[in-house]
Amino acid sequence: MSEMLSGNEAIARGAWESGVRLAAAYPGTPSTEILESLAKYEGVYCEWSPNEKVAMEVGTGASWAGARALVCMKHVGLNVAADPFFSAGYTGVEGGLVIVSADDPGMHSSQDEQDNRNYAKFAKVPVVEPSDSGEAREFIKLAFDLSEDYDTPVLFRTTTRTSHSKSIVESGERLTLEPLKKMKKNWTKYTMMPANAIVRHPIIEQRLATLAEYAETSPLNRMEMGDKRVGFVCAGASYAYTREAFPEASFLKLGMTYPLPKKLIADFRAQVEKLYVVEELDPFIEELIRLQGIKVDGGKGIIPICGELDPGLVARCLVVAGIPGVEESLLAVPSPVVEDLVGRPPTMCPGCSHRGVFSVLKKLRVFVSGDIGCYALGALPPFGAMHCSTCMGASISMAHGMAKVLDPPADPRDKVVAVIGDSTFFHTGINSLMDVAYNKSRILALILDNRTTAMTGGQENPGTGKTLLREPATEVNIPGLCRDMGLKRVVEIDPYDLKQTERVLREELAAEEPSVVIAKAPCVLQFRIRVPAYRIDADVCTGCKRCLQAGCMALNLYVDEHGDRKVEIQADQCAGCGVCSQLCKEEAILPPTPGGVGLRTPKGREAQ
Amino acid sequence: MSARPTTNLLLSGVGGQGVVLASYVLSQVAMAEGYDVKQSEVHGMSQRGGSVTSHFRFGDKVAAPLITPGTADILLGFEALEALRYVHWLRPGGLLIYNALQINPSPVAAGLATYPADIDAQIAAAWPNVRRIDANALAQQAGTIKAANVVMLGAVSGALPFPPAAWEEVIRRVVPPKTIDVNLAAFRLGVAAVATEVV
Repeated sequence: MSEMLSGNEAIARGAWESGVRLAAAYPGTPSTEILESLAKYEGVYCEWSPNEKVAMEVGTGASWAGARALVCMKHVGLNVAADPFFSAGYTGVEGGLVIVSADDPGMHSSQDEQDNRNYAKFAKVPVVEPSDSGEAREFIKLAFDLSEDYDTPVLFRTTTRTSHSKSIVESGERLTLEPLKKMKKNWTKYTMMPANAIVRHPIIEQRLATLAEYAETSPLNRMEMGDKRVGFVCAGASYAYTREAFPEASFLKLGMTYPLPKKLIADFRAQVEKLYVVEELDPFIEELIRLQGIKVDGGKGIIPICGELDPGLVARCLVVAGIPGVEESLLAVPSPVVEDLVGRPPTMCPGCSHRGVFSVLKKLRVFVSGDIGCYALGALPPFGAMHCSTCMGASISMAHGMAKVLDPPADPRDKVVAVIGDSTFFHTGINSLMDVAYNKSRILALILDNRTTAMTGGQENPGTGKTLLREPATEVNIPGLCRDMGLKRVVEIDPYDLKQTERVLREELAAEEPSVVIAKAPCVLQFRIRVPAYRIDADVCTGCKRCLQAGCMALNLYVDEHGDRKVEIQADQCAGCGVCSQLCKEEAILPPTPGGVGLRTPKGREAQ
Repeated sequence: MSARPTTNLLLSGVGGQGVVLASYVLSQVAMAEGYDVKQSEVHGMSQRGGSVTSHFRFGDKVAAPLITPGTADILLGFEALEALRYVHWLRPGGLLIYNALQINPSPVAAGLATYPADIDAQIAAAWPNVRRIDANALAQQAGTIKAANVVMLGAVSGALPFPPAAWEEVIRRVVPPKTIDVNLAAFRLGVAAVATEVV
């Protein structure tokens, strides 16, 4: 059957056909849809693990029990999962073990653009890279075979454009599986105490040499000979871009980029006049080819190391180097018609529970140590109320480090505030908070519990009471967990109540010990929460723009027929949260009248 | 059959406007007509009220999933400002179809910037080959404002080599069963709008 699938959906399809029995992941753009898609197939256990390290260990355990297992994450997730990933490189596998790392060149939704092919070399495991959805399905099946045939985990690297682009995929049937009964014991292979690990290391080195031999004839790598004046070595999305830019050129298209096929590359080199390596991010392939003593006429010297490539960029970079056969239409660089057109950055949704919290944090002028989630939008205007944000779970531990070296605050507002969401707290914030409790720092940790993993599209987590497979689950009791760590000041607030939020935050800032404030309100987008729209009495509105500090898309500043500045509420956008009404000093913003516009079941806030 | 060159259609709009679903319908129609198809969009942060684009390409054999600025045959703008932002992606002589709708970007909603008052004039000056339609009003006329993205598909359908039956078959398949009639009406209003309304 032919289907139009995204790369992520094709990975799920191919993994299912391969007989994968278990898949574990933590959501992260651009990897999230792999598990969302795979969870819809019969016969495969799928879970959202609390973080990528846990997911990697769950997948490894399943492999050691004899099952084929898939572990998925975004590129930075592999930093979290690096410890078990390296260990699995040493131990090898029973059932095939494939780890998908979805990299994000161009940082569409990430804090860095690290090239995770480096992890393959570092951990001494093979890396497979598809160029489109058809290859994603086909290559993931080859990756499972490769994993079992060579007793190794396989890193499967996609990028945003291979994960999120759709193309036509031919699908097949699922392998028939035998039941798995019980664990086989092979302690010297799987117990990595020094005496055993020392034995494993040379085996791993030999495995790499054997894999390099496999690469010479693997169906993952192929030569496409055309105009022999120029030959390109490409992998992943860069192959598609370069093929578009130089339709008649010769290509060595690598589906396995570590270890490399030395003889195949030398053979290709011998057939073309000039050889160029076109790859996104690091000169990974280029350096390995040069190390083999094979001449490369150009690579990162002409192709940018930063950011994402595209066909036009590849064409323009290579044509400057005098490479023949370019697709001329790609060479134009048109400028935007209007310079300085007002931008459209992402913003908190109307009704978002973070809006009230950041309005108050801005007012209090505290330093906010932030984290990864929708609430990072609190760093942008009109709030400007987040002052650092790096990696998952770091808000609390970094605030702890800051508090340990700063003088005890004379003004309570000099206390450092950490802001973290529920899913990020479960991911790696819990250990950080344990450090605060154990080593006693005077920080205020604000946990924004919106009952979902919102930024990636609303996935379940250990606090939501449901699993990925839609089964009921226990809910982590966040205040109870904080108290059990030994924290005495744990307060819950309604983030839609600005007065209460400000009062509680002021009290906790003044406290001489660590405190946790939990703002619990479900995500309006995920749970489709709308209560009737508010309205503005135009006769009372003075156009002071104080309500616009809510940064809400439902508000619109206009000039009336008398030339007076007024604000109106766009009823089709308003979710009825009432934050703007609490910011208004003139009492111009009124609650909805019964039967007013924008009515929907007010199930959200009442249901809490 | 002679070789069919690759056609590039760029869709632009605001997160939440149904750009992704519209791209899905386009892909299904092109695939049903026997074309190779590649389509690309970015998920994640931009969905929160940000600017979104979707690249849709079809032909006998399509290599890359991305359109290069200056090579789009058609730009389908779901919102006026997002149409103006991507006009330079059109090839010389390319066709711009856009929805007259204006949605404030967040800097405007926060009172930090203004929405260009003369946006339609700016678009008309920038790109003579333009069709402007009020997709939201037409969708409302068909039965629900949510079908504005299907109105946009109707508006662009005349510029694409797919027969009306292929569009209708896909729309029937992908929209919720209860909304089939409304969506088909929306599609037809979009077809008629471009046939009649020209700036």
